[in-house]
Amino acid sequence: MGDTNNRSSKRKRNGNRSEQWRAALFLSPTWVLLLLFFFIPGALTFYLAFTNMALTGAAAANTEFVGFQNFTYMFQDETFRISVWNTIVFLIFSAVVGQQVLGFLIAFLMNGRNQTFRSIIGSIVISGWVAPEVVTAFVWFAFLNDTGTVNAIIESIGFKPITWLYTFPMVAVIIANIWRGTAFSMMVFQTALSDVPKEVEEAAMIDGASPWQRLVRITIPMIMSSVVTNMVLITLQTLGSFTLIFALTGGGPGNSTETLPLYMYHQAFVNYQLGYGTAISLILLLIGIIASLLYMKLLKVKL
Amino acid sequence: MTIRKTVLAGSLAAVTLFAAACSNNTGSSNAGTSGENGNGSSAGATKTITVAYGKWNETDNWGKWLTSVKEEFENANPGVKVELNAIEGSQYATKIPLLMMDEKTAPEVLAEDSFMINADSEAGYLEPLAVDTWDDWSNFNEGIKAAVTGTDGKIYGVPFSTDVRGLYYNKVLFEQAGLPVPWEPKTWDDILTASRTIKAQLPDVIPFWMNSSKAGQEATTMQTLQMLLYGTDDTMFEDGKWVTESPGLLSSLEFINTIYSEGMGPKLSQVMTAQAGQILETDLMPNNKVAIALNGNWLTGNWAPTGGKPWPEALDVYGFAKMPTQNGQGQGFTSMSGGWTLSVGAKSAEKELGFKFIQLATSKEHNKEFAMLDGALTPRTDVAADTEYTGQPGTLYGVAAEFITYTHVRPTNSDYPAVSTAVQEMVEKVASASLKPEAAMKDYAKSVERKVGAEKVMAK
Repeated sequence: MGDTNNRSSKRKRNGNRSEQWRAALFLSPTWVLLLLFFFIPGALTFYLAFTNMALTGAAAANTEFVGFQNFTYMFQDETFRISVWNTIVFLIFSAVVGQQVLGFLIAFLMNGRNQTFRSIIGSIVISGWVAPEVVTAFVWFAFLNDTGTVNAIIESIGFKPITWLYTFPMVAVIIANIWRGTAFSMMVFQTALSDVPKEVEEAAMIDGASPWQRLVRITIPMIMSSVVTNMVLITLQTLGSFTLIFALTGGGPGNSTETLPLYMYHQAFVNYQLGYGTAISLILLLIGIIASLLYMKLLKVKL
Repeated sequence: MTIRKTVLAGSLAAVTLFAAACSNNTGSSNAGTSGENGNGSSAGATKTITVAYGKWNETDNWGKWLTSVKEEFENANPGVKVELNAIEGSQYATKIPLLMMDEKTAPEVLAEDSFMINADSEAGYLEPLAVDTWDDWSNFNEGIKAAVTGTDGKIYGVPFSTDVRGLYYNKVLFEQAGLPVPWEPKTWDDILTASRTIKAQLPDVIPFWMNSSKAGQEATTMQTLQMLLYGTDDTMFEDGKWVTESPGLLSSLEFINTIYSEGMGPKLSQVMTAQAGQILETDLMPNNKVAIALNGNWLTGNWAPTGGKPWPEALDVYGFAKMPTQNGQGQGFTSMSGGWTLSVGAKSAEKELGFKFIQLATSKEHNKEFAMLDGALTPRTDVAADTEYTGQPGTLYGVAAEFITYTHVRPTNSDYPAVSTAVQEMVEKVASASLKPEAAMKDYAKSVERKVGAEKVMAK
């Protein structure tokens, strides 16, 4: 008995080892690629955030380590504070509220409807997602600028035109981002809703639950993990959103739509302060991590 | 076993494919370049030089000039191909250092705004030019040579243009509003009084136009803030230190604040975009929508027959007045002069050919061609004396000669570009009323201190 046991465990160990080797072999291309294109640039970014690296001037020839100088300056920097605030406003209204709620609403209303209806509405919504970001920005610019479509309509019915992009710049970029991003949330929720078993809802219906109760007590809890996944994904997407705002308002007027990615770009490539720009990108990363953890904690879901 | 082998072979094949894909890429791009070289010249070109320049608008006068130089240069140097790299104007300041910093992309020849010379030479991006071996160098204006000399005393660029700034005023609108023509303001108050009259008499007209935003980049620093500041008792840079707080700076910001807060400036939605300059030159001014514009002599280039908005009567409609100092102090007037140079990228391959190209591009013939095409002032004394140049209709060459006697140049310091962007932020904050002049100046002081260090700033 003991003998067989011993032998089988030995064989198992041998098997384990060769399996580990095989796993390592198969994983190695992935690891090499991750190392080359992710970890090394990541580590480099982390390091550069602590330097005075610049695009021109003496600091471009001799980059020096400056410790926490970039970060201490950041907390005295008025524009940095403004852009953190702008980023949070943009994130909450365009992603968390706008895309998430609207995406769910569309998916929920389409759920179980006629196939033709679904495919028509679906493709209209998705067209916003399919268009490249810069095209979306151009469409909205053509729509909202001083002599754009909206003002042409307003003027034709006898009202004074409104300088939308100047008077309501943040509202404009938020609406444009909702218009673009809702399709993604809609698709995520469509898949999630189709996985909710009909029997559960029917049972609740027989027990006398109202449609509202069914939505809040049955449907939403059952798709909670999709809600969180979607929230994390669109948060990260929105945090990194650059093209749309850059092409629509350039971060202006003043600093009113200057979110962190734009501020980072302006500092690094317009003000030539690469080190400071990199430090800002670390803060952006931090906000992304905190927001994701917060969602998981608040909604008590593990991914 | 067999399955395992197949998987192993498969993954190996995948890795090989990936590697092959990588090497293929470089292979094809090499092939591409050599192919281009081969097609470029029937003699079988062996060398290529790249010339990077800013394409500022659809007129692209720089491109026209450089294309004509390129053709002559290629004919004179068989086996050499010149590639023109036109960079979109509003992206130029960002893209050019990125190109210069790497050996693979550094252009042999590049257009360099003279205020960047110190910063870029200290960064090791520019090659000192052997001008002492070049006879033609003595034909360049001595004052302008100072602006292209690095802190080490070496020459880093050959100037091809210079400029002056002043006040364009619309004679038609001035007469309608009952203002005197010719207009000769003696103080800033005269400018404000005229603007207020225009606003009261002609409500549809923009009384006073100036670059006021970050999007305007260097134009905002130079055409707006420095034109004001250098007419006060203060300047930007004194005794090796940046003057970040001064009564003169505050007065300048208050002037900007007065213009905008009294509704005498352009709509902010117009002036805050990167297209603001082009809208001014090709739309607002030709349509008599602007009474006074603080701007540079080169605007006439747009209105030339070859320009983006041919307008032969431009200078009958718009006069060009000298910018007065704040209270008429000093010489009574002020102006700012900058200019562009052609430089050689230090990390490029064919530096000697690059300098040869520059010599041809800035020769008497080609510089005259450029100046007359673009409406720029020439930095060459022999072109400046040329009657065809001075007598060219629709230009301000005659007036500009007087302006140049009041002119100032920007601080030649490698920190200037970084400080200049802080100036633009400050001006935009005041123009958009997001900060009061005093608070905007405080912000500017903080921002400059961080960029250059506390030991290099001072308050007055």
